[in-house]
Amino acid sequence: MNPHPLVAVAGSPNAGKSALFNALTGARQKVGNYPGVTVERHSGKLTLADGRPVELVDLPGAYSLDPASPDEAVTRDVLLGRQKGERHPDALVIVVDASNLDNHLRFCLQLIELGLPTIVALNMVDLAKRDGLELDPKTLERELGVPVIETVAVRRRGITELQAALDDMLSAPFCGVHEHVKSDLIHLQRRAREIATAAVISETPVRRWTHRLDSVLLHPALGPVILAVIMFVMFQAVFAWSETPKSWIEDGVAALSNGVTGALPPGLLRSMIVDGAIAGVGAVITFLPQILILFFFILLLEGTGYMVRAAFLMDRLMHGVGLSGRAFIPLLSSFACAVPGIMATRTIDDPKDRLTTILVAPLMTCSARLPVYTLIIAAFIPNTRVAWGVGLQGLVMFGLYITGITGALLAAYVLRRGVLKGSGSGFMMELPKYQWPLLKDVVIGILTRAQIFLKRAGTIILGTTIVLWALASVPQAGPGQKQSDVSIAGKIGRGIETVVKPIGFNRDISMALLPAMAAREVAVSAIATVYSIDSADDQGGAMKLQDRLQHRWSLATALAFLAWFVFAPQCISTIAVTRRETNGWKWPLFMVSYLFVLAYAFAGLTYWTAVALGL
Amino acid sequence: MNAPFQPDVISLDLLKVGTKARVATVDWAVLDEGEACRLRHFGFDEGVTVEPLHLGPFGRDPIAIRVGRMTVAIRRRHAGAIHVLPIR
Repeated sequence: MNPHPLVAVAGSPNAGKSALFNALTGARQKVGNYPGVTVERHSGKLTLADGRPVELVDLPGAYSLDPASPDEAVTRDVLLGRQKGERHPDALVIVVDASNLDNHLRFCLQLIELGLPTIVALNMVDLAKRDGLELDPKTLERELGVPVIETVAVRRRGITELQAALDDMLSAPFCGVHEHVKSDLIHLQRRAREIATAAVISETPVRRWTHRLDSVLLHPALGPVILAVIMFVMFQAVFAWSETPKSWIEDGVAALSNGVTGALPPGLLRSMIVDGAIAGVGAVITFLPQILILFFFILLLEGTGYMVRAAFLMDRLMHGVGLSGRAFIPLLSSFACAVPGIMATRTIDDPKDRLTTILVAPLMTCSARLPVYTLIIAAFIPNTRVAWGVGLQGLVMFGLYITGITGALLAAYVLRRGVLKGSGSGFMMELPKYQWPLLKDVVIGILTRAQIFLKRAGTIILGTTIVLWALASVPQAGPGQKQSDVSIAGKIGRGIETVVKPIGFNRDISMALLPAMAAREVAVSAIATVYSIDSADDQGGAMKLQDRLQHRWSLATALAFLAWFVFAPQCISTIAVTRRETNGWKWPLFMVSYLFVLAYAFAGLTYWTAVALGL
Repeated sequence: MNAPFQPDVISLDLLKVGTKARVATVDWAVLDEGEACRLRHFGFDEGVTVEPLHLGPFGRDPIAIRVGRMTVAIRRRHAGAIHVLPIR
C-alpha cells in the first residue's frame, strides 16, 4: 500500500470539479504553478480512515486527452505521468455533470481506459432533476465498470459517500497500471451517447431555467443594459465597501510605524523598517480591500455562470481589436486595480489573447491614479462650467479615462498584429447552467487569491520598497546638506531629470518618479516630501500642496504629468503579478518598456502642444 | 468538399433561432486544428441535433447553440463551417 497516495480530480469544464475538490479538502489548499507553464496547480490533503494522508490534486478541466489549450496539456501530461514536478497519480476521481452525460462521458471513458483505480462522481444531480432528468447510477456503474457516486458538490451532498468509496479503493491492493488502450474520439463519443441514453430513467421535457434566464440576460437589447447595471453595482461596491477596511489598514500601518519608532533607537535600522518596509508595503496593502472585493465579484460572476454570458455579450466589440469577449471582465476590473484584473485573465483559454489582455490591463485607469489626477486637476484646471452640468475638471478627468481606454484598445490592436500575431482559438465556450455558488467556495477562492497576491507579490514588493528606501537614505546627509541632494535616489532623480526635461518635467517630478514605482499614489506623498524637506528655506511651510504646485509648475508641465500617468507602469504589484502570471521576466519587462515609451511620448506630445498653444 | 448535393442543407450561421437541425457535414478543412478540436469536444459531429438559441447583441455575433444537452457559444465564422439540415 502506498503510504502517500496521490489522487487526481479530473473532469470536463463546468462539471463542478473545483467545488467537489473544495468539498473534499476544505480550506487546506496549496496553490502553485506547474514548472515551465502558466498553469496553476491546486492541491489539498485528505486523511483516510487508517490515518494515511492522501494528496489530492485538482487538474485543469479538459474535454479530452487531446489538448486544445495549455491547461488541457497539463491535465493530459499529469494523467500519463509525463508532467514535470508531478508524481503519476495513484487513483482518479472523475467528475461528470449529470445533466450533460452525452458529452462528459467521452472524457470519462477515455480516463477509465487509463486503467487507474477510478471513482466517478455523478455531480449536480440536483440541477439534472430541476431540468426533469432522472438517472440511474447503477446502470452507469455497470456500463462504466467503476463505482459511481451521486454528488451535489456545491451543497456538500454525497461527499461522505465519495470519501468512503475513496477509502475502500485506496485500501484495496492494486496490481499496477495495465497497458493504455486508446480508442478514437468518435468511437468514445458514440459509446458515451449510448451509455448516457441507457442511464436515463425518465425525462420530463421542461422549459429549462437556464434557457429562460438567458432569454432575458442574453437579450440583444436588455442583455447589455443588465450587464452595465451589474458592472455599475460592482464598481460602487468596490469603492464604497473598501472605504472602512482601507482606513483600518491605514490606522494599523500608522500604529505599527509609531510602535516601531518608539521601540527602536533612531538610526538606519529604524529608518529602514519604518520609512522603507512599513511605509512602502503599507502603501501597497491599502489596496487589498479593493482587490478582495473585486475578487468577490469576479468569483461570484464566475460561480453563477454569468461571467461567460458577459463575455458572450461583449465578444463582438472586443473581437474588433483582436481580443476575445473573455477579456472584458479582466479589463473592466482593471479600472479598480490591474492586479485582480491580470489574475482574472486565467479564464482566457487562448495564450495570445490572454497575454495581450495582461499587457494592456495596466492602461485601464486604476484607483491608485485617482489621488494623482485629483491633486493635479484641482490645482491647475479651473472649476468652470463648460455646459449645463458639465464642469471642466470633470471633463478633464473623463478625458484621462478615455485616453487610457483608447490607448489599451490601440495597444491590443498593434500587439495582435505585431509581437502577438496569429489568430487565436477564437471564441468557443460552453455556456454552463446558472447556479448559486456556495459562499464557502467563494471565500476559499478569495483567500487563495489573497494568499497568492500577498506571498508572491509581497516578497517582490517588500524587496523593492527596501531598495527604494536604501536609494533614498544612502549616503546620509551631513549637516547643512539636503538628504534629497546627497542620496543615490537624488542622483538618480537628477539623472531622470535630464531625460524628462524635454517633456517639461521639473526636478520635483523627477524626484517623485522613482518612489512612485511602489504605487502611483505615492507620487503625491513623494512630491509633498520634496516640499516639506525644502520648506525650511522657502518660508511657506503651511502652504497647501495644491497652492505650491500652482506656484512652481506651469500648466503645460501639469498636463504633461497627467498624460505620463495615463501610461506609465508605475506599480510594482502589477509588475510582480505579471511576472507570476506569465512565468518569467520577459513579458513584464516588455510591458514596462512599451508603457514607459508610450508615457514619454504622450507626455512630450502634451507638453509641446501646450507650449505651442501658449499655456 | 465533395459532399453529396442536398438542396435543403444550409450553414449553421443561417439557421433561424429556435429552429432545430441535424448536422449534415462539417467543413473541417476551413478550421484550424485547435478550432476543429474544440468543436469536436463540444460534440459537433454528423447526425447531432443543434439549435441556435441566442445571438450576440452586436452584429448578431457570436451565436449560442444547443448541441445535445450542452449550450455553447461560437463565432459566426465558425458556425459557417457547419452545414445542417433543418428538421421540420
